[in-house]
Amino acid sequence: MSLLTRWFGLLESGRRESTPASVPPVRKGDALDVANLPSYGFGTRNVMWWGNAGMMTIEGVGFALMVGVYFYLRGLNPVWPNEGPPPDLLWGTLNVVLALATGFPNAMVDRAANDQDVRKVRVWIVVFAVLTLALLPIRWLEFKTLNVSGDASAYGSCVWVLLGLHTFNLVTDVADTLVVCAVMFKKKIDGKRYVDVAANAGYWWFIIGSWIPIYAVVYLAPRL
Amino acid sequence: MIEALHNVQAPGGVQAQAVYHLWLLLLAVCTIVFVAVMAALALALRRARRAGAETRPRVELPERGEPAVVRAVVIGVAVSAALLLGLLGASVYTSRTLAGMPLTDALHIALTAHQWWWEARYDDPAPSRIFLTANELHVPVGRPVLLTLRASDVIHSFWVPSLTGKKDLIPGREAMVTFRADHAGVYRGQCAEFCGYQHAKMALFVFADEPEAWQHWAEGQLAPAAAPRTALEARGRELFETGTCAMCHAVAGTLAGGRHAPDLTHVASRATLAAGAMPNDVAARTAWILDPQAIKPGVNMPATRLAPEDAAAITAFLGSLQ
Amino acid sequence: MSSVGAALPGSADDASTAGRAGPRRILDGAGRDSAAARALERTWSDKPGVLGFLRTNDHKRIGRRFVVTAFVFFLLAGALAAIMRAQLALPDSHLVGPDLYDQLFTMHGTTMMFVFAVPVMQGLSVYFVPLMVGTRNTAFPRMTQCAYWVYAVGALTFWIAFALNTGADAGWFAYVPLTGPQYGVGHRADLWNNLVNFTEAMGLMVAVDIATVILKMRAPGMSLRRMPLFVWASLVASVMIIFAMPSVMLAANLVSFDRTFGTHFFNPAEGGDALLWQHLFWFFGHPEVYFIFIPALGFVSTIIPVFARRPMFGHDAVVMSLIATGFLAFGLWVHHMFATNLPELGKSFFTAMSYMIAIPTAVQIFCWIATLWTGRLNLRVPLLFVLGFFFIFVIGGLSGIMVGSVPLDLQVHDTYFVVAHLHYVLIGGAVFPLFGILHYWFPKLTGRMLDERLGRWQFWLFFVGFNVAFFPMHILGLQGMPRRMYTYAAETGWGPMNLVATIGAAVIAVSVLLFLINVVRSWLHGERAGDDPWGADTLEWSTRSPPPPYNFAALPVVTSRQPLWAPRPPDAPTHVSGLSAEDREGLVTTVLDALPDVRYSYPEPTVWPFVAAWAVYAWLFWSGLSSAGMFWGLIPPAIAFIGWYWPSEKETTRQILLDKRP
Repeated sequence: MSLLTRWFGLLESGRRESTPASVPPVRKGDALDVANLPSYGFGTRNVMWWGNAGMMTIEGVGFALMVGVYFYLRGLNPVWPNEGPPPDLLWGTLNVVLALATGFPNAMVDRAANDQDVRKVRVWIVVFAVLTLALLPIRWLEFKTLNVSGDASAYGSCVWVLLGLHTFNLVTDVADTLVVCAVMFKKKIDGKRYVDVAANAGYWWFIIGSWIPIYAVVYLAPRL
Repeated sequence: MIEALHNVQAPGGVQAQAVYHLWLLLLAVCTIVFVAVMAALALALRRARRAGAETRPRVELPERGEPAVVRAVVIGVAVSAALLLGLLGASVYTSRTLAGMPLTDALHIALTAHQWWWEARYDDPAPSRIFLTANELHVPVGRPVLLTLRASDVIHSFWVPSLTGKKDLIPGREAMVTFRADHAGVYRGQCAEFCGYQHAKMALFVFADEPEAWQHWAEGQLAPAAAPRTALEARGRELFETGTCAMCHAVAGTLAGGRHAPDLTHVASRATLAAGAMPNDVAARTAWILDPQAIKPGVNMPATRLAPEDAAAITAFLGSLQ
Repeated sequence: MSSVGAALPGSADDASTAGRAGPRRILDGAGRDSAAARALERTWSDKPGVLGFLRTNDHKRIGRRFVVTAFVFFLLAGALAAIMRAQLALPDSHLVGPDLYDQLFTMHGTTMMFVFAVPVMQGLSVYFVPLMVGTRNTAFPRMTQCAYWVYAVGALTFWIAFALNTGADAGWFAYVPLTGPQYGVGHRADLWNNLVNFTEAMGLMVAVDIATVILKMRAPGMSLRRMPLFVWASLVASVMIIFAMPSVMLAANLVSFDRTFGTHFFNPAEGGDALLWQHLFWFFGHPEVYFIFIPALGFVSTIIPVFARRPMFGHDAVVMSLIATGFLAFGLWVHHMFATNLPELGKSFFTAMSYMIAIPTAVQIFCWIATLWTGRLNLRVPLLFVLGFFFIFVIGGLSGIMVGSVPLDLQVHDTYFVVAHLHYVLIGGAVFPLFGILHYWFPKLTGRMLDERLGRWQFWLFFVGFNVAFFPMHILGLQGMPRRMYTYAAETGWGPMNLVATIGAAVIAVSVLLFLINVVRSWLHGERAGDDPWGADTLEWSTRSPPPPYNFAALPVVTSRQPLWAPRPPDAPTHVSGLSAEDREGLVTTVLDALPDVRYSYPEPTVWPFVAAWAVYAWLFWSGLSSAGMFWGLIPPAIAFIGWYWPSEKETTRQILLDKRP
């Protein structure tokens, strides 16, 4: 059980106590009074984290299945890629390196949100948003240098759809980031906005995390 | 039309027999389990006292512990698990028996499924002894048959219940099924994977003949088309070769060499037409040629506009193709 | 000035506003007739009329919507079955031609599985889980609100297409190449793919919501060990949905790409594989029948203790069995593919797995029988349907053992034997418990009791009609009759059993009609039910029938598995106080022991989720037709989601007043 609480603690911001009810409820006669409880919490203490975890699982399963489709079809085809050279390494490698680099501003945004420091959040989220926007044109160049079209063969179809699924995720999360960023510049901000920023940062880890295996399958697997 | 066997519980060959025995075992065990569970339920209903919504619920029961009930449930689960293990063993044993059946001196047939007919090629090491037929198989009694299964368009399934379990024919993949008919007779098969409009009318008849009778049949199938005996038949052959028929159908020994539709070299020797949709008589043949869509709507053969005497000629020609 | 950790202006932490005069908020915690309860009523009620209807995110209204809509489609799909049975009653019948018949069986199966069974189970979870765990709404009410509309418009489109003779016609599992670009002519297959996208998007959204409310929003004291069995079933089903539904969505989209963009996933000529479809579909398809079946097991586990007047025997074993079933269900899918040319040894492995899943099911059956055996029985209609479930489902499960064996399956696969099996397990295992739970929960949903006599008539007609309709199909399968045949020849000898089956189907139709009559009559004139007409043990019965919009005047504190039955420890708190009655507030608790953790503000009703559903619908539809649609079609949903999310000034000000930093 303690391993479980420690694991939960790791998932929450390192600054916060992972024990429940940092402000416990107060006994008032027959009632358990919760008026003094905080109105929001970070990490697993807020429902958004769980909703996010659900979405990440759904998309993770989707990616895993698509990778499965790739290797399943590869197993049935003696020649793979069916024809033509594998994708050019340049833009794909550049993009995955840049994506990993965005981990730093992402971590800074996350920490600023957990500290509820509005100025720091504003600075870092703009830096982060700009960097993530830069990934998109490079992704477009990746598609242009895949060296196969999606309707040429099963291999081409796999590569385009795998990269396409990840791109869809990437685009929606960049859009999400922009919206969350915009909200942070409002005059009045309630506590939940910091939680949203932290949740968005958490989701970005998934984008980066899923990037690596997909890069490996698209760019490295055909060269093996 | 024709009396044919098509019942899982009426096996005509060794494969179907093995599965039939497994079926009987499963049926017996499952019936006993069902009766036992229902008896327990009935007893529970009988002995439990009746109550209403206001009857005090006995919340204290789980804390008190119910050792006798626990024992009963554990025994029930253990017995179920043991039975399942036994049935698993029986199933695997039957699978291995089926896989290990002898294939010496097997007859090789390459079966290709089309929307909505069966193409059969009887293979032989000597290429001159290979022949084509459609929708009706003849096999010798007591000799194993090895079918190679392919599909030309969508997924179909080969199933002759009294001879063996089914196997899917999947485009891009090759499958195999074996059977041996141990009793002479006619066995009805049916496509068993939904394949479009006329899936319901894609039957396959398997005639198990005594070995000499089968040999006679095979020799007949190897021969090219019989020469026309009457002027009508000759006229029919001429129309067949020069009209649209030859675009899809083949008749060995004539100019017709189409490969998109059933081979008609010996069509008159078959018991049914259109994959079991009609008996193979003059009226049916004529109706089919003039408008197949009325009998099997959606089929790939178009209606043909023919003058009545031309239709009669073609029908007579086909009737001569024994 | 450092902004780290600064208090939000105007919040409860803000020292600069402390002591400033302002309206003191009414807090909850008093009884159901108090000023606080009246304030809660004002806060949680929706505006009347169409606007209120579109804006509401009350889980009870949304849950009811799911159930009613699912039932409408149940009736439509059932009508199609009646037409099929009419066609098959006699050999060589010309009532229905092959084209219409192919649409009939496809629409029937697809509607029952995607549009009725899963949504009705999820809808009942949406309604009853928050009540059973003692909270005021689900975790993401706007998401579930949006999910309903995505589902409704998707299902409606599918049926309108059928009315226009463009109904899907390749079977409910839509095998390629029949649904591929070459042989799936027209748009019928595209409409099937669209339906899958809509209903699975809905399923996933609702599953995430249900799982979150179960894990994080239970009443204080409702530890996992004290959670009701239906809540466990909903949790297991929701997690299964999250893992299984992406597979069919991916499959449907891949075939959509093959059809629209010329990809080659399933084209063997260019490196694709027809069997890939079957793997992807059944990896979803087998768990799917379990996430229809597992909530139904939850229904049975809800009804039996109440009508046997004792807690469930082996409660922990039943929980373990539900979880084990959920896991094992993912390891069976190849048993739908035994007739293909996959390696034989692998197939036997799936027989073993298919047999293994029977064990947790057996555990539950024995625990139920033990509970009945040692209980005092209140033989009312809900329990009758549970008894019907036992009879029919056990037959279905045992025929499942038969089809699970590879050699035997090769004889009965794709025949009427399987049609019999699947209806025995789905109708016996899901629909009978469903009717039972509807009779049980009808008083809570409407405040009135269903008529007992009509209920008994419905039960017996359904039970007899079902067995007369479907038992002969086992025999037909053994006699060589495959599935999906629009007609058959007289000399096959299949006529008599088919006629019997059709008669049974007619009897089923009568029983369903009785149910409808019962529902309408009871809704209008039924005997009024109090809070708890059945003397039940779970929290939904502690509030009014139907529940007020805020569910509970004060959230309960739970001290046992049967909160309404077990005596309370004398020093334990009974309820929660301190949440605002003038704002939509709830409580987030910890996962394992449900200790109060954080206050939660539920989102206000809004029309954006409704708008977003239409925007998503338009996008999915458009992208199915062109690649431009896939990208530009994203703009309306983007606008809708921003509108949904963007916090208004009013909301922000209000939230700041409630805010207290962690």
